[in-house]
Amino acid sequence: MFDAAEGYVTEDGRTIGGVVMEMKNITLRFGGVVAIKDISFDIREGEIRAIIGPNGAGKSSMLNVISGFYVPQEGEVWFHGAKRKPLRPYEVARQGIARTFQNIALFEGMSVLDNVMTGRLNHMKTNIFQQALWKGRAEAEETANREVVERIIDFLEIQAIRKTPVARLPYGLKKRVELARALAAEPKLLLLDEPMAGMNVEEKEDMSRFILDVNDEFGTTIALIEHDMGVVMDLSDRVVVMDYGRKIGDGTPDEVRNNQAVIDAYLGVSHD
Amino acid sequence: MTEPVANPAFASVPALLARNASQFANRPAYREKEFGIWQSWTWAETAEEIEALALGLINLGVQPGDFIAIIGRNRPSLYWSMVAAQSVGAVPVPLYQDAVSEEMAYVLENCGASYVIAGDQEQVDKVIEVQDRLKNLQHVIYVDPRGLRKYDHRTLHEFAHVQDQGRAARDELSGELAARTGALSYDSICVMLYTSGTTGKPKGVVLSNRNVIETSKNSGDFDALTQSEEILSYLPLAWVGDFIFSVGQAYWCGFCVNCPESADTMMTDLREIGPSYFFAPPRVFEGQLTNVMIRMEDAGALKRRMFHHFLEHAKKVGGDILDGNPVGLLDRVKYSLGNLLVYGPLKDTLGYGRIRVGYTAGEAIGPEIFAFYRSLGINLKQLYGQTEATVFITQQPDGQVRADTVGVPSPAVELKIEDTGEIFYRSPGVFVEYFNNPDSTAGTKDAEGWVATGDAGFIEESSGHLRIIDRAKDVGKLANGAMFAPKYVENKLKFYPDILEAVLFGNERETCVAFINIDLVAVGNWAERNNIAYASYQELAGHPAVLETIAGHVAAVNASVAQDEMLSGCQIHRFVVLHKELDADDGEMTRTRKVRRRIVEEKFADIIDALYGGLAEVSTTTEVTYEDGRKGAISATLACVDAEVVSVQKMAAE
Repeated sequence: MFDAAEGYVTEDGRTIGGVVMEMKNITLRFGGVVAIKDISFDIREGEIRAIIGPNGAGKSSMLNVISGFYVPQEGEVWFHGAKRKPLRPYEVARQGIARTFQNIALFEGMSVLDNVMTGRLNHMKTNIFQQALWKGRAEAEETANREVVERIIDFLEIQAIRKTPVARLPYGLKKRVELARALAAEPKLLLLDEPMAGMNVEEKEDMSRFILDVNDEFGTTIALIEHDMGVVMDLSDRVVVMDYGRKIGDGTPDEVRNNQAVIDAYLGVSHD
Repeated sequence: MTEPVANPAFASVPALLARNASQFANRPAYREKEFGIWQSWTWAETAEEIEALALGLINLGVQPGDFIAIIGRNRPSLYWSMVAAQSVGAVPVPLYQDAVSEEMAYVLENCGASYVIAGDQEQVDKVIEVQDRLKNLQHVIYVDPRGLRKYDHRTLHEFAHVQDQGRAARDELSGELAARTGALSYDSICVMLYTSGTTGKPKGVVLSNRNVIETSKNSGDFDALTQSEEILSYLPLAWVGDFIFSVGQAYWCGFCVNCPESADTMMTDLREIGPSYFFAPPRVFEGQLTNVMIRMEDAGALKRRMFHHFLEHAKKVGGDILDGNPVGLLDRVKYSLGNLLVYGPLKDTLGYGRIRVGYTAGEAIGPEIFAFYRSLGINLKQLYGQTEATVFITQQPDGQVRADTVGVPSPAVELKIEDTGEIFYRSPGVFVEYFNNPDSTAGTKDAEGWVATGDAGFIEESSGHLRIIDRAKDVGKLANGAMFAPKYVENKLKFYPDILEAVLFGNERETCVAFINIDLVAVGNWAERNNIAYASYQELAGHPAVLETIAGHVAAVNASVAQDEMLSGCQIHRFVVLHKELDADDGEMTRTRKVRRRIVEEKFADIIDALYGGLAEVSTTTEVTYEDGRKGAISATLACVDAEVVSVQKMAAE
């Protein structure tokens, strides 16, 4: 279905483009522990790509390799047709990659608005002194960035908590604020580390809708890690399945669901 | 009865729009908070937006007489849709946005809507879900494109796009539009509003331009409303009150309609706008007061003492100062100081800093709550109205405000009370008919134009004000022949912040029993402060400490009811605290949150039997409907509590 180098068309009629990011034979070790062993897969423009697997399978490590936080000992990461060198975090952000964290990493004492504004940092050209004086270019810049942020606040329906300090928010809303901050960077590739962990059914449904809407409205490519199988199968276009650091499956949700290796990893096999 | 007016200069809402666009061209007509900023439109800009939409509707094929359903939250674009519909000779039918698709289908089918203008994806989804049953439906227009990109756009259109097409076709279609708007008369249909239906299926109430404009004019004069009023429109579009305040009076007076950013931000937006003219049902005022009191508990000692001290003073003299009654100089000075330190900041926080005229209606408001707001200097008044009357039947003039009356007849309204106690009225606002339902029309409105309200009440001789007892059909008799007026007792219960809802039973019975719903916010807060742990509404509602508190309230209400000779038989002998909130989704309440008494009685018949049977507890299973329409069931064991009753044996014997 997606053999063509130019992408494919999904069941619901979206056109998926060419390869944005390609992982080639990635191996990542922590001392003697092999976290990721010889894994290759790609992420295509405009798709929702999920990475799933049991606990300790190496999913978060994989996401950290994609984001450039970990540099694999072996293998290559290709981004937009070029082999990627080790990067500093701000360089990753400038390349158009943004992420959310499994354990929420927001500025607890700051308001939702200020938290989301920090996501615009890469889009600001003025320096700290100009911003402190808030004249001319700095003022115009902040107004423009605020507008982008307000659109995201509207998009994620968090207007009512705009001025609320993050520390006072319930968990589900914090997750949404984190997504808002990531979106504020206007990323080309959005990485979501367990966006629905610890949520109730209603919050999960809301978050799923937001993820689909982000993908649909902004055309953002999304790579996500998620435990909830129902969510993954509904959301994703293609799924990578990992187990003990190895890739045991890769394909559309239906293909993965019928893959014997995946079934064994999830349900266990009898050894008699 | 006043002589019917023939076609006046401004015989329709579009005609008023044209007047406002020239007379108040640069004054604000609409504001909406979006992207964190109040966006505004002047009357001239509004006229352009509405014209573009009207042309777009003609372009889509709307014919005069078509029904256009309008569904969504309060947004300028949806108000424009109503006026644009009128401009092309169609009839706007606003719907409740929180209606589930089944309820929506009934109304859409009943009026045969051929077009739907929906706010967002959620509403569009509901229409699509039931569209197979809607034979007349041709096109659906949506305002917010989010999430709708992938939908089949053969009969689905974006609002802005329809407007653009209208603008492009202006040269070609403006003659047609002018002819259609020009054809509107004082007797053509202005709007069709569905009653919430306390009994049975909703009925479409047809209101003419005469109804709406005459009523807006009269009620506007009553309170001297001008083009400089500011209102916040946050109540359902489908409710007659919102139509009169946000369309009728707004267009007649030319004042500005402000729309909140979202339902959740209403309180913040209220504060930012500081309306001069405001309407809210009693529950909004109750909720705000509860909130203030809870927050004051957390304030510092000094602030708390200051708050209570000055509030006490306001209670003593505030109401009199507002009504212009004589008050001593010293008290006035102290009140001014209180205004500076407490009342002013508090009113500002609540968003009531600039209110000149405030109204509440729909249910009885607790006398203490009412007095609280008035003592702060907020001119809160009561009115009594109905969809069939285009809202106004009676209202309280400035300076003659009391918690237990609903005021004098509104201008041009005649009142009469039948022997049964039922209130009848006649006015220029009396509705044209129930849509396609001549039987119901004839049953409600007689040949001379008198309309039965269905409410029982009397006119107080000393003041000339109307007092409402209850729904006429709910007023019954106990087995011993004493009067049974459930609402009277329920309202007394509901004045306690702990009690959200109460339903009294006792018609044709020996004694009365009651169902009670606790208020989760108030009781939850109380539980938190008293270290009472609970995991769910159900568990909190069944907690012995909660039952004890409620029993105390019931005993106090009984004592108060026993004072009234006529109604002393209505004391509550036994009660249960229900395990779930009565909910509109389960059909137990109307969308305007009025209890459907008969449905509750049928649905919980087992509990009523247990109460009358003298059982100590009852196990029951109840079907519930979730917001997305799925159904589930909850079961619970409820304690039946005996209440303290004041002896009335002697009275019954006499």
